[in-house]
Amino acid sequence: MKKVGDHNSFSRILFFCLALMLSFTTISFAQDVAKGKELFNSNCAACHKLDGNSTGPSLRGVVDRHDGDVEWLHKWIKSSSSLIKSGDARAVKLFEEWNKVVMNDFPGLSDEDIDNILAYTSEPKAEPAAATASARQGAQSGGDGVSDIIVLGALTVVLLLLVTMLFFVRKVLNKVIESNGLAKEIHTTIPIWKAFVKNQFLVIVSVFVLVLVGSYFVYGYMMQIGVDKGYEPVQPIHFSHKIHAGDNGIDCKYCHSSARSSKTSGIPSLNVCMNCHKNISEFTGDADKDYGKYTPEFYTGEIQKLYDAVGWDAAAQKYTGQEKPVKWVRIHNLPDFVYYNHSQHVNVAGLECQTCHGPVEDMEVMKQHSPLTMGWCIDCHRKTNVKMDDNEYYAKIHEELSKKYGVEKLTVAQMGGLECGKCHY
Amino acid sequence: MASNKKYWKSVEELNENSSIVETLRNNEFVEEIPTDEFLGDKNKLSSSSTTRRDFLKYVGFSTAAATLAACEGPVVKSIPYVVQPEEIIPGIADYYATTIADGFDFVNVLVKTREGRPIKIENNKLANAYSGANARVNASVLSMYDSLRLKQPKVEGKDVSWDEVDLRVRASLKDAKEKGGNIVLFTNTMASPSTDKLIEEFVTEYPTAKHIVYDAVSSSAALDAYEKAYGTRGLADYDFGKADVIVSVGADFLGDWQGGGYDSAYAKGRVPKNGKMSKHIQLEANMSLSGANADVRLPLTVAEQRAALVKLYNVVVGGGASASSTSSDEAIAKAAQQLKAAGSKGVVVTGLDDVNAQLVVLAINEALQSEAFLPEQTKYVRKGDAKAVSQLIKDMNAGNVHTLIMSGVNPVYTLADSASFVEGLKNVKTSVSFSLKEDETALSATIAAAAPHYLESWGDVMIHKGHYSVMQPTIRPLFDTRQFQEAILLWTGNNTAYYDYLKEVGKGFAADLTWNQLVHDGFAIVGENTAVNASADFSGAVSELARTKKEEGFELVLYTKTGMGDGQQANNPWLQEFPDPISRVSWDNYLTISRVDAENLGVKNYHVANGGLNGSYVNIEVNGVKLEKVPALIQPGQAVGTVGLAFGYGRKAALKEEMQVGVNAYKLYNNFDNVQSVKIEKASGDHEFACVQLQNTLMSRGDILKDTTLEIFNTKDAKEWNIFPMVSYDHEEVRAASVDIWESFDRSVGHHFNLSIDLNACTGCGACVIACHAENNVPVVGKSEIRRSRDMHWLRIDRYYSSEDTFAEDVDKKVNAKGFVETRSAFLTLEHPADNPQVAFQPVMCQHCNHAPCETVCPVAATSHGRQGQNHMAYNRCVGTRYCANNCPYKVRRFNWFSYAKNSEFDYNMNDDLGRMVLNPDVVVRSRGVMEKCSLCIQMTQATILKAKNEGRAVKPNEFETACSAACSSGAMVFGDVNEKASDVTKLAESDRAYHLLEHIGTKPNVFYHVKVRNI
Repeated sequence: MKKVGDHNSFSRILFFCLALMLSFTTISFAQDVAKGKELFNSNCAACHKLDGNSTGPSLRGVVDRHDGDVEWLHKWIKSSSSLIKSGDARAVKLFEEWNKVVMNDFPGLSDEDIDNILAYTSEPKAEPAAATASARQGAQSGGDGVSDIIVLGALTVVLLLLVTMLFFVRKVLNKVIESNGLAKEIHTTIPIWKAFVKNQFLVIVSVFVLVLVGSYFVYGYMMQIGVDKGYEPVQPIHFSHKIHAGDNGIDCKYCHSSARSSKTSGIPSLNVCMNCHKNISEFTGDADKDYGKYTPEFYTGEIQKLYDAVGWDAAAQKYTGQEKPVKWVRIHNLPDFVYYNHSQHVNVAGLECQTCHGPVEDMEVMKQHSPLTMGWCIDCHRKTNVKMDDNEYYAKIHEELSKKYGVEKLTVAQMGGLECGKCHY
Repeated sequence: MASNKKYWKSVEELNENSSIVETLRNNEFVEEIPTDEFLGDKNKLSSSSTTRRDFLKYVGFSTAAATLAACEGPVVKSIPYVVQPEEIIPGIADYYATTIADGFDFVNVLVKTREGRPIKIENNKLANAYSGANARVNASVLSMYDSLRLKQPKVEGKDVSWDEVDLRVRASLKDAKEKGGNIVLFTNTMASPSTDKLIEEFVTEYPTAKHIVYDAVSSSAALDAYEKAYGTRGLADYDFGKADVIVSVGADFLGDWQGGGYDSAYAKGRVPKNGKMSKHIQLEANMSLSGANADVRLPLTVAEQRAALVKLYNVVVGGGASASSTSSDEAIAKAAQQLKAAGSKGVVVTGLDDVNAQLVVLAINEALQSEAFLPEQTKYVRKGDAKAVSQLIKDMNAGNVHTLIMSGVNPVYTLADSASFVEGLKNVKTSVSFSLKEDETALSATIAAAAPHYLESWGDVMIHKGHYSVMQPTIRPLFDTRQFQEAILLWTGNNTAYYDYLKEVGKGFAADLTWNQLVHDGFAIVGENTAVNASADFSGAVSELARTKKEEGFELVLYTKTGMGDGQQANNPWLQEFPDPISRVSWDNYLTISRVDAENLGVKNYHVANGGLNGSYVNIEVNGVKLEKVPALIQPGQAVGTVGLAFGYGRKAALKEEMQVGVNAYKLYNNFDNVQSVKIEKASGDHEFACVQLQNTLMSRGDILKDTTLEIFNTKDAKEWNIFPMVSYDHEEVRAASVDIWESFDRSVGHHFNLSIDLNACTGCGACVIACHAENNVPVVGKSEIRRSRDMHWLRIDRYYSSEDTFAEDVDKKVNAKGFVETRSAFLTLEHPADNPQVAFQPVMCQHCNHAPCETVCPVAATSHGRQGQNHMAYNRCVGTRYCANNCPYKVRRFNWFSYAKNSEFDYNMNDDLGRMVLNPDVVVRSRGVMEKCSLCIQMTQATILKAKNEGRAVKPNEFETACSAACSSGAMVFGDVNEKASDVTKLAESDRAYHLLEHIGTKPNVFYHVKVRNI
């Protein structure tokens, strides 16, 4: 633990130094940069990245690339199309280099705004420091593993010593007894197991207890066969629900859109991933956050796996057509004889996904949260009231049934949600 | 006190020295146990290193391993789309409108697809759609997933690429063009304007080419007659809904007569409205669907039918010729008078393959100015030219055909003279056969070109004049196939894709619709039909018809079965297992023969101990062609002196072994005439039929199937013709169903489903049976299991014959029988159907009794009642005691004796990956040892409810459907919520024709029937 504390403070110092260094280098534009970042994210980030090409070229150091010709850049940003139309050689060349993709005009940006953005793009890359930090981190965590082994080893040695010592103590004591002539008396008593066998009452009671305990455990074992609560398989691509649904707050139904209308929630097709990942090709993450054993390189590697599957060439920014569909391991498996419909629960009943799937936004690796047994379904159907406000379908049946049962709100069970044929056909 | 009496088990025991008694005493098994089978091979035994102890170890370990493995759940992989198509949401069905045109069936349909695979055919319910999918069309989706389809093109039996086919064919076409060799395009009826245009262009490119159309089951005579009278080659259309008197002379217009598709209009006229319904008089030899539905049916030989036609002409038109006398002259004269009296409300049709007979019918209808007769609405669904086909075979044998390109035809199987066709093929330089399967013709042709199924193809169809339909693919082609049209385009030297070509043609027809709208609807109404005038030598035709002589011997009338049609779907297990509506026999064709003739020939039908039906074999000979060992079935209603035999069976090529059943009737189809003179002799041996209904009569049990006549229906109170069982309660006579020892459940809240079945509208076509198969994953069990009465049909259509001439007379006979002797003999005779019986159809599925006898006897509560009226069956709870089936008075529960999926013993569609693609993912495939039955399509009612909930609205009246009610194009089956006052089923439930099956037992079913009314 102590070592871990060391590492934290060490990296903190490192980051502090880095921040200090950065603030020194950019002190002259401090205000502009912050504003520029904001403007960049809202206007440019859809097509440009600071580092690495996207739909458009990488923007870090764009001023230097254009030999500091800020005036030309202003013109380009405000209306690249008119610049190209005017026959500006540099503009036409750039346009052709980038497959004649037209860049949006930004007449709304003031000169000051553009300056701020350019200032932001002129920031040097923070990567080297971050890289050292993560390298450090790797080394540190390696050290942790070694220390664990040492501690365990020492403990084993101590235990072994204790065992040997006890053995010798016993030997010595035996010798003492022998020398005092006490040994004979001890041997005349009946061994305890013989006494136990002779006492029939005890035997019957203990057999009874054993059978009860045994059947309790056997029953428990039998009841969990086929119940896969906590099933957490390794997936072909390490997809972190924690990062997507938790950190980034993406709505479940953005990716699992068919949960609203269909019986299956649907594993998102890869083109849905590419809606965002066309631009997010590497994991940047939050420096203050702990991602456990996963490094940014690891996550970036997983994004690369997505690109391989969908056939996206990140460097050339185009699809190669070489698709390799991903074989996900299905986690929630219902038997064939059960019919379950997501839209009934998500759309009609308005349940949160978390009700059955648990705190998915905290799950680094997705796992089965609920037992998915029939008892579990039935329990919920008994307790839950049907959400029938603003749904014309329920108007008549609610009126009639609530009168019949004399209740204000009907449970699913009262609506007929326990009938066999509602789920088994 | 102990007795000294000695008991003997058999006489043999009296003989103390008998060796048999001694043997039996020492042997538990009377029959020798065949130990030699596995112990006989001494060498193998001694060389084996497995000892008894080893064997036990293996058994022990494998059992333990299997047990352990069973505790671990399998890893299930899910593979999502890389790019999900916009219109596909996993779990939600998409529907596409398309049109089937396989040369035999032509109809607008909707195709239900799930995750991109078609799983069911439904009716296109848009107004004006040419709707009404029959059993074969419903089953056609399974034919696409046929594992024996031709998967890539083949040249001389070897797999090749399409490029090589192109090279070969182009070279051959070029050679033909240069040398002036004849090119023949030999196709089935496509009725496709774009294909016609294509072929025209092909002929322009290759001037020596010509197009010959061939229908396996020909309507050539009717086509010739129509052409003579109206100048174009086609068929007259009919609307039987507009007729008051329908006289059919040998035309099974509820079957496949002239392309079929008449039953929905016919059924409309059959439901009594304001005391009126149509009168249907059928004169025929075989018992057909139409005959079974007729009010008056006269069994006549074909010669008598010709005479009857002349008589009809004489009465209605006048003049004509003198006709020979028949066995029912009086009835024919009466029919003629009724027809004349009906005037424009009368109509006559005939199925005789005789140009003169067809001309006479046109003349009579013209003279009547029949409203039901629509000659201006030319039907194009049959175009086969018998003469041209005969000429082609001659040309081929003479070596006058250079290149033969076939599509959709299988002449090697379907031609009577197939031997000379095969001989002729040898003289053809290059022959190409576009075929779904490697059938007899594809095997004989040089090139077998793999063709796509209609669900994988683009196309257009002109079913009748003014009705243009489009065919669109509903799945990407499963195999390396190419459409005939695509190939012809390419070989003409036109590089347009057929889709673009079709689009151009389609736009030309339906100019006021966008292409998308046209494809969406699946059809368009194009142009007005102008009246046409008939001009032909009708009186000449009549005298010619009157002169036609009767031939010697039996008349063999060839027909098509409702399930099999022309036989192109013979590898479809659903259709093979589909029981024929009339004979109730599945997996076979057979010679239908009248009782009188059967007795004369010594032909017998009898039941054996396991409930199966056996029948004698006969040998038949037509014009020197012999068919041996044809099973004979005694058919009530068969005209004496005639026999019937169905097409479509006896195929061998590209058929699974189980489907290679029956005999090939096409061998006897000389000159494309469905009537042949035949010699019959009894052969040795008996045939085992797979017949699903052994009792043929009702034994006058009026509470199963109620029927009455229009006269009684109109004049008397409902109490007299729809008699309800009554009981005495509180010293008063009340309806039995109103008295209850059970505390009744309140059914007024929420939905309460009822299914109404109108016995007047039901023609027995069986579309619902196949629709139920497709919707509910009903397994196919095979011929030997069917014979053991283990069929799995959730929905069956019972067919009953009357024992006297009518069902009413059956009842009279029972009621009037006095004393023990008379009653006994009455009951014995009631078991046997009459020689010309009345026929009634009754679809029976689970009746969803509100007081269900099955529910009370289930020891594990696997079957229980839902509030919505459905009797639920939880398969996972069932332990297979079968108490429920024993206690069901309607016998609608079906037991899974075996696992029918993934079981090589049942090598049908559920045993291969391709065939399983047709399964409905919303319904579970039942495992061995559980009971199953109709669920009133609970998956569909639940889906309808959920749809309404999702959209936040109440369910609309008539929105609920079941597979059977949706498939029923005649309107006999209506499903819905009886708690919804505005739905049709509520009104039907209140009708005075409504009754429940076996009402006296008090089960209170949720399925109800309507009394059958006959217009006698």
